[in-house]
Amino acid sequence: MLSIKNLRVSIEDKEILKGIELNIKAGEVHAIMGPNGSGKSTLASVLAGREEYTITSGEVDFDGINLLDLAPEERAREGLFLAFQYPVEIPGVSGATFLKTAVNEVRKHKGLEPLDAMEFLNVMKEKMQLVEIDKSLISRPVNEGFSGGEKKRNEIFQMAMLEPKLAILDETDSGLDIDALKIVANGVNKLKSKDNAVIVITHYQRLLDFIVPDYIHVLYNGRIVKSGTRELALELEEKGYDWIKAENKEVPAV
Amino acid sequence: MDILDKVTQAEYKYGFVSDIESDAAPMGLSEDIVRFISAKKNEPEFMLEYRLKAYNHWLTMEVPKWQNVNFPDIDYQKIIYYSAPKPKKVLNSLDEVDPELRATFEKLGISLDEQKRLSNVAVDAVLDSVSVATTFRSKLAELGIIFCSFSEAVKDHPDLVKKYLGTVVPYTDNFFAALNAAVFSDGSFCYIPQGVRCPMELSTYFRINAANTGQFERTLLIAEAGSYVSYLEGCTAPVRDENQLHAAVVELIAMDRAHIKYSTVQNWYPGDKNGKGGIYNFVTKRGLCAGVESKISWTQVETGSAITWKYPGCILKGDGSIGEFYSVALTNNCQQADTGTKMIHIGKNTKSTIISKGISAGRSNNSYRGLVKINKNAHNARNFSQCDSLLMGDQCGANTFPYLEVDNSTATVEHEATTSKIGEDQIFYCNQRGISTEDAIGLIVNGYCKEVFNQLPMEFAVEAQKLLAVSLEGSVG
Repeated sequence: MLSIKNLRVSIEDKEILKGIELNIKAGEVHAIMGPNGSGKSTLASVLAGREEYTITSGEVDFDGINLLDLAPEERAREGLFLAFQYPVEIPGVSGATFLKTAVNEVRKHKGLEPLDAMEFLNVMKEKMQLVEIDKSLISRPVNEGFSGGEKKRNEIFQMAMLEPKLAILDETDSGLDIDALKIVANGVNKLKSKDNAVIVITHYQRLLDFIVPDYIHVLYNGRIVKSGTRELALELEEKGYDWIKAENKEVPAV
Repeated sequence: MDILDKVTQAEYKYGFVSDIESDAAPMGLSEDIVRFISAKKNEPEFMLEYRLKAYNHWLTMEVPKWQNVNFPDIDYQKIIYYSAPKPKKVLNSLDEVDPELRATFEKLGISLDEQKRLSNVAVDAVLDSVSVATTFRSKLAELGIIFCSFSEAVKDHPDLVKKYLGTVVPYTDNFFAALNAAVFSDGSFCYIPQGVRCPMELSTYFRINAANTGQFERTLLIAEAGSYVSYLEGCTAPVRDENQLHAAVVELIAMDRAHIKYSTVQNWYPGDKNGKGGIYNFVTKRGLCAGVESKISWTQVETGSAITWKYPGCILKGDGSIGEFYSVALTNNCQQADTGTKMIHIGKNTKSTIISKGISAGRSNNSYRGLVKINKNAHNARNFSQCDSLLMGDQCGANTFPYLEVDNSTATVEHEATTSKIGEDQIFYCNQRGISTEDAIGLIVNGYCKEVFNQLPMEFAVEAQKLLAVSLEGSVG
């Protein structure tokens, strides 16, 4: 579904991603872990199409499409979803209005008729139950005055509504207590199918107790330095990132 | 960023000129012209006297310079002060209206037939200063409501006109109010009798037409005790290279427990991308809450005009009266706006609310200017003001000039102001959900203006939202 080849990305002449290689198939869950500043969120942003990054080389194939050629909204319509680390507030725009616009854009792209108000409401009710989100959150302006946990749950709800092929969860666990974490993880698990894939970006293995990944990659200093299965996460939890850092010490440029 | 440019650079969509033979006064202003206008309209003596007094006062006045807008001096001798479509005969029905005029209205999407059939709105259409059609008049008449052109009011209800004309905005008020009083050509008149709740939205569409025609409308609205009326004013104008001056006066009077809701959507030609052409909109609008617990609400959505310069205000004279001002002012390209409100608290327990939302894009300049004055006898007066500015791009300007004069220590006055930019983060967030940048800007701006749109009647709110989208076509960075 997603194939990243030698992706190099810099921002203001500073290289952040230094040749990422990653392959993800439908039905898989991949976790990307790594210490702060290793480039995890940059990878998520670049895949979603944020503009401030310069892609110096590499290819990203998304189900046969060259992802890097597409505008952010086109990537979204093709089925790429990013659950933001810091979801953005949009004052005065209700969650329902926002989502109806988004859902109908995606439907239009797929050649489907837009949902009318009643149909949309029914879909919303169904998905709200699925991800256990309160109705009042949807009628309030998008993310405005939401607690950290509410914002993250709202991201998962949006994901449920948009039914993406590939969802990238960018530190969705940060700032969540254990109960909220379970609810969020539950939602993600319910949305999982053989046709879609999930990338979970996280610092901690804690989330991976609830969303069990098929593969784990360790991102350090702009490269994937280690890949493995679930056991790798447990090892990281135990040893921290220092051994990874030690193994990959970069020789400073002279 | 080019999307911002694309959104802000859309051409004005209502630019066309209808060719109707004008019956115009010679160019320039003199006592003779004032007499010509009055004679042309067969006005009674008191009107001529009023005009002449205003004219003579105007001669002593100077153009005010305190406003935060720039424009070249206007040559008042190069303006035609009266122009009317030549009447073919007295019209009994809409079918008799000049087909070309009808076509003009169709282009604007304000077909009277449609209005009548679909929206239950009575429309007093003003084209180049003379009313051409008035609908629903008889239905309103059954309730004793008078809704007609100002000229007709002068003929048919001279006592009411004489009693109230200039009582809220005297001709001595300011330069443009004096000019208007001297030369106003027509406008609307509305009278709601005691205890009557006007069953429909009253609506006027103004349209400036013949080239070089100054437009001087006058609106007078009187709501007797316990009555209610919602009045809509909507405007579009054709593309013109010459700047056109528009100096209207609107006076509202609310008696005991009367409630007037006055809504405006203003979409006059703003000039082209480089600031060439466009309307100068210098308007004096004021409401007098004369009676106890009376209420006047101004709601305005201003997207047009090269220069907008107006302060719809309320004089809260009656005890317990309420004044409200809800405003969205959008400027783009080279537009300039200096707008806001005045709330003058005179009576006890009077209350005012000001919600102002400024949006600046392109190289435009947008200022909020508001006065809250609490007089010394206005015990327990309360005011709440919220003035927000939204900037798009980095070449536009936004200013807030709040003036506060409090002469009574029991008053409560609150002022909040914010300035924000449409964030790239917000736009990217929308993009990531499949929403294009233009639609994202539309969503964000409409969200920002929501408190004001909520005050507009339904169909107007929809129109206002569309208008904002059109006005911002081609503008975020």
